[in-house]
Amino acid sequence: MTTSTDHIIKSYDTELTRLTGEIARMGELSVRQLEAAIDAVERRDARAAQQVLDNDDAIDAMEQEISHGVVRLLALRAPMAGDLRAVFAALRVASDIERIGDYAANVAKRAIPLATLAPVAPAHGLLQLSQLAAVAVRKVLKAYVESDADNAYQVWRDDVHVDEGYDALFRELLTYMMEDPRSITPCTHLLFMAKNIERIGDHATNIAENVWFVVRGEPLDEPRAKQDRTFEA
Amino acid sequence: MTDLTNAATPAGTTATRTKIKVRNLNFFYRDFQALQGIDMGIPEKRVTAIIGPSGCGKSTLLRVFNRIYSMYPRLRAEGSVELDGENVLDPGYAMNRLRIKVGMVFQKPVPFPMTIYENVAYGIRHHQKLGRKKLDERVEEALRSAAIWDEVKDKLRHSALGLSGGQQQRLCIARCIALKPDVLLLDEPTSALDPIATSRIEQLIEELKRTYTIVIVTHNMQQAARVSDYTAFMYLGEMIEFGNTEMTFTKPEKKQTEDYITGRFG
Repeated sequence: MTTSTDHIIKSYDTELTRLTGEIARMGELSVRQLEAAIDAVERRDARAAQQVLDNDDAIDAMEQEISHGVVRLLALRAPMAGDLRAVFAALRVASDIERIGDYAANVAKRAIPLATLAPVAPAHGLLQLSQLAAVAVRKVLKAYVESDADNAYQVWRDDVHVDEGYDALFRELLTYMMEDPRSITPCTHLLFMAKNIERIGDHATNIAENVWFVVRGEPLDEPRAKQDRTFEA
Repeated sequence: MTDLTNAATPAGTTATRTKIKVRNLNFFYRDFQALQGIDMGIPEKRVTAIIGPSGCGKSTLLRVFNRIYSMYPRLRAEGSVELDGENVLDPGYAMNRLRIKVGMVFQKPVPFPMTIYENVAYGIRHHQKLGRKKLDERVEEALRSAAIWDEVKDKLRHSALGLSGGQQQRLCIARCIALKPDVLLLDEPTSALDPIATSRIEQLIEELKRTYTIVIVTHNMQQAARVSDYTAFMYLGEMIEFGNTEMTFTKPEKKQTEDYITGRFG
């Protein structure tokens, strides 16, 4: 997170900046994992999907490194006030990104059996949904790096579009399965993938809440429109 | 009697009563104005920490509370400091009475060059006539309250100068509370002590606040965060912010406070 004034102890600033940088890199890696997983689904490329699965270890390792850095900062620098909020939020944001990486890997895992099954049309709706989620994650990471609570808030509010996209895809997949029982297996894989992407959107909103907390010093606790209506279907 | 509704009391106080009410307090060292219109209400039986960079006026403020400045010429206070509703700056407020009500412990432990027992008994004798047995009881009670009894009970007749720094500081606290004051002023009470002695004093502060209203000046921000219920941040003789300690150290209201406690003051 960027701050207006520097610390008297310069190395403290260096450590905080490094922490922010690591989180930004980890976040970008998780978005690329999502894009690569969707690309593997689109191209029905099991090998590429396996590559995504293998890459997830790198994100987990980065989370470990960030946790270690946070503990070290807490122990050695005893951060206060805004610094304390930033360090605390870094830990939570890293954990959200790690989950985003896991969901991307889950999509890739299902891409492997899906590639062996007959293609189904709604696979394309998945691409759109994933693009929405990727935009949300990138935007919230930018807000994180720039300490921009307003942009974070926008991501938080816009998650409703990811939810709507998931809802639409859910209904579409249901219709396909009812029309042609042979599509049940591939459509079920797609359904789980869609759910994973919808969860990625939720983690983007978690990150947005953390950015808000760091900048404003208070939780973002206004009620958000929940659009998951799939349980009504 | 003062209440909490009309003074500059810290935000979010749970104390029922204001012990010391400072109103528009100005203080001058000759021509230099060290305190600028301070308003604050210090909650009873709570720990209030005063923090701020060197020269901000925090020690001066503490020294006004027991009028210790009046020992020196050409120092002058304007405004009022009400202790239980009575202005202690009023020359009519007897110094003897003020010294009983408001005790002070300094940065460097200053035991008298006497026995441990006499260090505590001296002040009691000065203010009260007590029989031998009663006096012994009061000395023991004070030493117990200051959490040093077990360490000194077998050497009460030894010189206090033989004690360690941390023990000497607790002896000074015992000497203060032997007079059964209402308020304890602690001016950097642990800055000359090692971490273990510091922890002992901090634990003691936690116990003493059940009985006394405590005001502590400290340069150690972590210490202010650990021991106090309320924190006041001062800068260039002004009270910048006074609020509950948790808020001050997680989400201070003023940027100056944030810059100071996060180490950004340049």
